[in-house]
Amino acid sequence: MAKTKLLNAIQSVNTQGDKAFVAYIMAGDGGLETLKSKIYFLQQAGVTAIELGIPFSDPVADGPTIQKAGERALANGATLRSILQELETFYEEVRVPLVLMTYYNPLLSYGLDQFAQQCEKLGIAGLIVPDVPMEETIELHGVLENTDIALVPLVSLTSPPERLRKIAVSGEGFIYAVTVNGITGIRDGFSDQLEQHFTSLSEQSAIPVLAGFGISTPEQVKSMGTLADGVIVGSAIVEAFHQNDLDHITALVQASKAKVFN
Amino acid sequence: MVKIADDQRVGRYGRFGGQYVPETLMTALIELEKAYEEAIADQTFVDEVNYYLKDYVGRETPLYFAERLTRELGGAQIYLKREDLNHTGAHKINNTIGQALLAKRMGKKKIVAETGAGQHGVATATVCALFDLECVVFMGKEDVRRQELNVFRMELLGAQVVSVDKGSGTLKDAVNEALRYWVSNVEDTHYILGSALGPHPFPRIVRDFQRVIGVETKRQIVEKVGKLPDAVVACVGGGSNAIGMFHPFVDDQVVALYGVEAGGSGISTGLHAAAVTGGKEGVLHGSYMYILQDDNGFIQEAHSISAGLDYPGVGPEHSYLHDIGRVQYTSVTDAEALEGLQLLSKKEGIIPALESAHAIHFATELAKEMSPEEILVICLSGRGDKDVQTVRDALGVNNNG
Repeated sequence: MAKTKLLNAIQSVNTQGDKAFVAYIMAGDGGLETLKSKIYFLQQAGVTAIELGIPFSDPVADGPTIQKAGERALANGATLRSILQELETFYEEVRVPLVLMTYYNPLLSYGLDQFAQQCEKLGIAGLIVPDVPMEETIELHGVLENTDIALVPLVSLTSPPERLRKIAVSGEGFIYAVTVNGITGIRDGFSDQLEQHFTSLSEQSAIPVLAGFGISTPEQVKSMGTLADGVIVGSAIVEAFHQNDLDHITALVQASKAKVFN
Repeated sequence: MVKIADDQRVGRYGRFGGQYVPETLMTALIELEKAYEEAIADQTFVDEVNYYLKDYVGRETPLYFAERLTRELGGAQIYLKREDLNHTGAHKINNTIGQALLAKRMGKKKIVAETGAGQHGVATATVCALFDLECVVFMGKEDVRRQELNVFRMELLGAQVVSVDKGSGTLKDAVNEALRYWVSNVEDTHYILGSALGPHPFPRIVRDFQRVIGVETKRQIVEKVGKLPDAVVACVGGGSNAIGMFHPFVDDQVVALYGVEAGGSGISTGLHAAAVTGGKEGVLHGSYMYILQDDNGFIQEAHSISAGLDYPGVGPEHSYLHDIGRVQYTSVTDAEALEGLQLLSKKEGIIPALESAHAIHFATELAKEMSPEEILVICLSGRGDKDVQTVRDALGVNNNG
């Protein structure tokens, strides 16, 4: 089955001249009962898609901000099961595509088949599993085969050209390009190799390339937007929700709109 | 030969193993695998490793006939493989020497490592001093507190010790931080993983560098008694001393192999570190293996009096050897390990590490069931000097309780 839901949402934004904006939130941070209102707020603010983080006990790919959010979520008792149950109460009203970001072990524990079925039922558009690289996707591709759930791959600055090509060719939904070496978080500088990296990725990929990890200001959204088809903003949004600084979120999203690029 | 690759993916032991890591690390793992293959095919590298193992570490280590212990138990003849006599006091340095030389060969100038009790951290700091490599060791906050002297030892050796207060502040959290550090510094840094764990090729590299234990043992026992042992016993946390000891014997079906996990307060209490005996399959730190986890797939904390066994997983090759029934895995509680430690101290004048004391306790029970013609080898993975404070506290509590 072609994975179109997520892809179409991004491409239609790009067609209008805007950059895609994917907002990351940690499900359960601030209590699961706030999940619905956060999703509605982001939808209202004009995001292209929402990446929903599932908390995990050992999040090796997360930086300090998201780790803390994950610990708060765990302390609130959030689990993959409880998050999917919460989504079930309002998924029909969500208009933007939802992408789940979870480590692999909670999925294995839940059962890959049941997970895929439940996600399909809830209209989940994509899945990011940061500790499952291309080499280990056989089982996930297997259970997602007959769904409209895209398995979104990550690529890194350290990935050599041949590997980038393989990932770009087999990717679904969009390519999640890690723009600084390392884990999620708020960073000051971006690498010089970036421009070349994105040019090369875009040439090889049939699907949009989005830049993530370390984008925290409207200026960075704008500058990364000139290189990629869109951005993923995580730590900055998690922190803004935590501080209740909703204006910052609006400003970040606005920086991805066409008027900024004209 | 052991059939390693039921699953055609790289780094698989049956369905166990693999490479469950962030994409940022994949290139480093592929590079490491290639560098490792080239290194072990290069006689100069092999000679260099062997040179340091001999002249610096002090190998080969003796295979000692524990005569008084044997007589005391009245069963099998018990031999001890004396890994406690290695420089730094445990088998850990077999691996760190090899990996540090590999890092140098790869042109890496910095080393990152995790440590629980500090034994692997000390062994890593030692080789970094020896080979002039910058060294950062992550250690759980709780372990830093419990193992103050080992922290100072590492610092004396020139390493930077970073205390990890995330999560439970123990070994698994130190591994998380070491992995995060490696992700961010992958271009100039090599990660010296301390056990037969983690993403491929680490379980294989660590096993290969630890195989010297079993290779020597096999030669020594044949020289001494003219035949292979009937049983070999080793303790299993992540499983590096055990896999090094077992691997050369895996194809010798006449040799019974026993892995002893840390039973903590007892498997039924839930407070243990026995991932095979009391855990479930899953993914942790890059590998599919037996791990301690709850019903949501969250990783649980391990519990053991022995910091070196206090890890909620067991390496992928052990997971496989368990599944095919080649190695029998069992567990020994904190209290039983303490008995084993005291018995060996009193009967042989050897204070074993608390880790090794688990193997000793099980082996003494096993020896009683065996005949005096039979041979039993115990891997004495480390010496107990580091544990005397813990043992004193524990025995004090026991005496009063």
